[in-house]
Amino acid sequence: MNLGPHAAFIIVAYAVAMLVVVALIGWIVLDHRAQRRNLARLEAHGVTRRSEKTA
Amino acid sequence: MALIDLANPTRFLRLANRALPWLVGITGAVFVIGLYLATNAPDDYQQGATVKIMFIHVPSAWLGMFGWALMSVAALGTLVWRHPLADVAAKAAAPIGAAFTFLCLVTGSLWGRPMWGTYWVWDARLTSVLILFLMYLGVIALWRTVEDPSRAARAAAILTLVGAINLPIIKWSVDWWNTLHQPASVLKVGGPSIYATILIPLLMMALGFTLLFLTLHVAAMRNEILRRRVRTLMLMQAQTAPGSGA
Repeated sequence: MNLGPHAAFIIVAYAVAMLVVVALIGWIVLDHRAQRRNLARLEAHGVTRRSEKTA
Repeated sequence: MALIDLANPTRFLRLANRALPWLVGITGAVFVIGLYLATNAPDDYQQGATVKIMFIHVPSAWLGMFGWALMSVAALGTLVWRHPLADVAAKAAAPIGAAFTFLCLVTGSLWGRPMWGTYWVWDARLTSVLILFLMYLGVIALWRTVEDPSRAARAAAILTLVGAINLPIIKWSVDWWNTLHQPASVLKVGGPSIYATILIPLLMMALGFTLLFLTLHVAAMRNEILRRRVRTLMLMQAQTAPGSGA
């Protein structure tokens, strides 16, 4: 594939797009793990929601 | 099941857990097709291969605006109907919308330099999109500044609805003012003015980006619901701790 005389601009644009998307996905995945960990720690200490106690 | 039933956070979590693997799979498949079509799309007769930047720039621009529109609908849900998931949806959309607006600005600059001879001009389209990005940062800062989520939601909802005025300005800035940025060539009266060999990859990439936005948004909403549960449990723990007076 020949990207012509402005290949650097095209490659940098796609690289930035990939970085932003990977950063977004990484942030959301890590945040999910952190919230799950926090919930598990609280439940291990016996702190649960009322709806879960009655269930 | 009625749509209103999804307002229950527990039910939303169950649905999100079921839907996310499918969304991830479909998004990935659409991106593979979109990138294949984008890679094999012909060069533009004037812009050469730089037209390939359009396949990420235009969807990013659409989604930057879509994110704010989604937040505006959620803001109405917060202020008018006090919908349980409305402020969760608004808060989760802000960083994703900001990321796509940032991507729009960066890829636009990288496209502008070889085509216009400059990375940036203060024309109406570029400036109004920069304002959109700054407003996203403002809303994110507001969410982080106010500790009580319901108070933060109301303040952010008002700011979001005021900021929604910028959306029609972005859309029609190229018609209302004399701008270096080109007028609309896809969403316009009379249909797209792009040839099908470039339009089809663009639409496929736009579909992939939109699915990516929705997937990330559902995942971020799930995180926000869990964060609020953690906050509630920590408050309960603090109230029942010895010496708390409870």
